[in-house]
Amino acid sequence: MGAALFLLVAALTVVAALGVILHPNPVKSALFLVVTLFLLAAVFVLLEAHMIAALQIIVYAGAIMVLFLFVIMLLNLRNDDPERGRRRYVLRGLAWIGGVALAIELALLVRGASVGSAGSAPAGYGGAAAVARSLYTDFLLPFELTSILLLAAVVGAVVLAQKQRRPTLS
Amino acid sequence: MLADRDSSLGPMKDLVLYLTDVAGPLRFAPYELVAMVAMLLFGAVVVFGFVLPVAGITSWLERRVWARIQSRVGPNRVGPQGFLQWLADGLKNLMKEDIIPSAADPWLFALAPYLVVIGFVATFAVVPFGDVLVIADLDIGILYITAVTGLVVVGVLMAGWASNNKWSLLGGIRSAAQIVSYEIPAGLSIFPVVLLTGTLSMQEIIRAQGWAPWHWFLFHDPFTFAAFFVFFVAALAEGNRTPFDLPEAESELVAGFCTEYSGMRYLLFFLAEWGNLYVIGAIVTTLFLGGWQVPPVTEHPVALAVFQLATFFAKAYFFVFVAMWVRATLPRVRVDQLMILCWKYMVPIALVNVVGTAIWMVVVPTSLGRVVAIAMTIGGAALVVIFFRRVRFHLRRARLGPADYYYSPFI
Repeated sequence: MGAALFLLVAALTVVAALGVILHPNPVKSALFLVVTLFLLAAVFVLLEAHMIAALQIIVYAGAIMVLFLFVIMLLNLRNDDPERGRRRYVLRGLAWIGGVALAIELALLVRGASVGSAGSAPAGYGGAAAVARSLYTDFLLPFELTSILLLAAVVGAVVLAQKQRRPTLS
Repeated sequence: MLADRDSSLGPMKDLVLYLTDVAGPLRFAPYELVAMVAMLLFGAVVVFGFVLPVAGITSWLERRVWARIQSRVGPNRVGPQGFLQWLADGLKNLMKEDIIPSAADPWLFALAPYLVVIGFVATFAVVPFGDVLVIADLDIGILYITAVTGLVVVGVLMAGWASNNKWSLLGGIRSAAQIVSYEIPAGLSIFPVVLLTGTLSMQEIIRAQGWAPWHWFLFHDPFTFAAFFVFFVAALAEGNRTPFDLPEAESELVAGFCTEYSGMRYLLFFLAEWGNLYVIGAIVTTLFLGGWQVPPVTEHPVALAVFQLATFFAKAYFFVFVAMWVRATLPRVRVDQLMILCWKYMVPIALVNVVGTAIWMVVVPTSLGRVVAIAMTIGGAALVVIFFRRVRFHLRRARLGPADYYYSPFI
């Protein structure tokens, strides 16, 4: 039953992810990404990682994707307006390079992995307490560094976006 | 969901175990399937038996309360005191033609109202109506609520964009900006309570409080007191309620993101709005007002459950009433005022509340904390008394005419 549910969710995730890259309309593409993120949260729930699932929805589906949609709607992008000229070929070339590199990485990973039952997770695994404990003990330094990075990003965004206080001499 | 069946199913687990027992009536069916069907059925019963009537009756009550505040009568024709108005409205809108504008995106236009409704109905999964009256006491309860309400903003944006109408689009974009901004003070105001209890589970947060006001987190210390007000105001703004109903500002945007909607799809947006008022009340009650905690007067399990349910419902519904009251009294804010209020006042205050509560927990000893809680409760009671004295004073001075007409609750 668990495996069937996982296969269903995983298949839907792949379909939604394909929708993201194949749909010509940018708004619908972004909405497919929202669906993908919700389904990924479902995968996390099936893996007993409830905390990550909730954070995934709050941060990605609830905040980041809303800002994406916001910008796309504000710019009023229409259906597939491909880049013209030489730039188009450059972008295509870069996309191919990136895609092939990712495919090779994936193949190497799959070859090295062993497929089998992972067994059932212990009680409380993936809950708030377990995630917090590992975050504040084993991963304390990366956690704090990330928070400083995010703070710097926030300050940088404010500095860039604010109106200039004094007109500069030119 | 199914994997942690031992913890989250609660009392329903016994029923499912009985049904799938070796001698049970459903012994041929797999346990998970029966559990899933039982949960779906239970969810349907909760939605149709509780969520929809609560939202509907709230719509009737709001129109009545609002009318009385504005010296009108309000709907009073369908049923006693117009009580069945919500059913009549629902039936009427269900039978209306389902119009999808030809310029709109048909799929997204049709889908958007459902997302908004799902986003609010899903919160009921963790709302604790009593010690045992909860669908799922999730380990991450309060975070779950913050997460699923994220669907509402996606639905509103989708409705605004799919309508293919500039008022709708502006309404949807305003709503998204507003909800994303006010999520921050609302989320930060949850943290003081989470710090005090050390858990995200709704039931554990309630169990950490007591039935008496001085055991509530509202009166725990000045910081939680401030957090309560920040949370309530931010939640009103997230629910697009007046004075923050800019996405539907009729003088600027016709009806905002629901301009092109009609019939039942239009009603679904409002169903979510009215139902959401109750959800706001329920969260506030859980976090700050002791939830279903009742004085120890009875041991009987059924009587206790009913008493807890009544207590929780009364507390939560009081905030629904306050929201109606606010809507009838305050004018709408401007967009710039909305953003200034959020980012320059509420976010800093909420941050101070988080840090202040953390310091309070370390510095203030338990005995002093108890004294402060009782003093704050007395202060809160004094505020309520002063408020009602002012109300009485103004009512007496108003000289509106025959008192039995103006003050009678029934017209």
